[in-house]
Amino acid sequence: MGWLDVILGRSKPVRPNLDALFALPSAAVTLQAATGLAPTGVGSVSFRAAEGSAFATLSADVKALLGDRVEETRDEYGYSWLVVRRDPDAVGDLVTELHAVNSSLEGAGFGPSLLCSLVSFADPQQRRLAVVYLYKRGTFYPFVPLPGHTRDTALELQVRGVLAGELRIEEDLGRWFPVWGAPGL
Amino acid sequence: MSTRFASDRGLTVRMVMTMFLLGLLYVVFVGALIALGVRALGVLLIAGGMLLVQYFLSDRIALFAMGGREVSPQEAPALHGLIDRLCAMADMPKPRVAIADSDVPNAFATGRDRQHSVVCVTTGILRRLEPRELEGVLAHELSHVAHRDVAVMTIASFLGILAGLMTRFALYSGLGRSRDSNQGGLPIGLIVMLVSIAVYAVSFLLTRALSRYRELAADRAGALLTQQPSVLASALVKVSGEMARIPTRDLREAEPFNAFYFAPALAPGKALAQLFSTHPPLERRLENLEKISAQLGKG
Repeated sequence: MGWLDVILGRSKPVRPNLDALFALPSAAVTLQAATGLAPTGVGSVSFRAAEGSAFATLSADVKALLGDRVEETRDEYGYSWLVVRRDPDAVGDLVTELHAVNSSLEGAGFGPSLLCSLVSFADPQQRRLAVVYLYKRGTFYPFVPLPGHTRDTALELQVRGVLAGELRIEEDLGRWFPVWGAPGL
Repeated sequence: MSTRFASDRGLTVRMVMTMFLLGLLYVVFVGALIALGVRALGVLLIAGGMLLVQYFLSDRIALFAMGGREVSPQEAPALHGLIDRLCAMADMPKPRVAIADSDVPNAFATGRDRQHSVVCVTTGILRRLEPRELEGVLAHELSHVAHRDVAVMTIASFLGILAGLMTRFALYSGLGRSRDSNQGGLPIGLIVMLVSIAVYAVSFLLTRALSRYRELAADRAGALLTQQPSVLASALVKVSGEMARIPTRDLREAEPFNAFYFAPALAPGKALAQLFSTHPPLERRLENLEKISAQLGKG
């Protein structure tokens, strides 16, 4: 936000950066090699539903386009999640699908409604990890939930090191907000 | 790529006009002081010092005055969760979060810039609002932070402080004592005092008008952030309705901090005229939100 916007008291809604998502498939390979966490084939897009008929029509269109490949859920904070399931090996496919959801939302002028996107990973020891993509920043961060609303910060930081060469990792740790109860985790 | 988030041109124009008038008044006042030969430098320094203190300590002053206590994500997970998500949507750093133990349903944001800001809610508002309504209120407060309203209003009110100081200064130091014995007219001290009083009155009205426009701008930005203007409207109605029913003692204590509040806490029966109010009337704010709702709904 520039000085003029400050003085005029207006904030421009931030546009999302969608293309960075395509770096995920190769990052998934690196992550699996380094930590044993493999993709589960579940990805999701979180957005804020706007009131009014325009958005209702749009989200019906997106669901019609993706058919029964997506399922919609609402979380306790009032955000909608479109969950996409694919074969665990087909990360590229999953990312393309997530991108399709994003671009339909953005094409209809609701780009500022996008919150984040999640691709989840798991290993045989039942550890679960999500790579969260922040649309407005164009950055990624790892999120590892543990039982009882705590998170495994050590593993998160380890994954940050592993992925640093592959993805743009969010540098401000204050923005690594926890997505408790995200579907697919 | 299309967007549904148009800015409100009329509001911007009114805000610019108000700021222009304030600036003009400032120039005229300083010019008059210099023309009258007052040693204005000392007064200017005092007023400048007060401005700096207010600017740099605004977060601590307001939190202390309201009895706000900073809370960690473990203490208030739901509140932090709402703010986390709003900040991610708006791409802004997360402010500190505080809760004030008061039954007056309200919220305020303070701090000179995005890095030093605090968002504070009262236990009264946490108890009365639905989570979605609370989110609307928080989005409104975060918009105040994004618009740097504390900095803007502090600078805008500088002239008022200066004129107020000049009045007192003239009153104590030289009222009725003319500097030149051959000057026939009014004594200089009296003229300075009269000018200062006039400047104070006009700048007071202008800063109040500016504050009302900033509120409307924050309502607008907040509603666009959550995409739910009607929910923010319902929060406003609820909070304003509850305000009238709260015992007056609490309200009188709260009044000096109105400028940072989500809704003004005016004791019933002594509601000031529209012109003196820091917040626009409820109807005006609801109308504003209705317009945004219609814009979002257009297919």
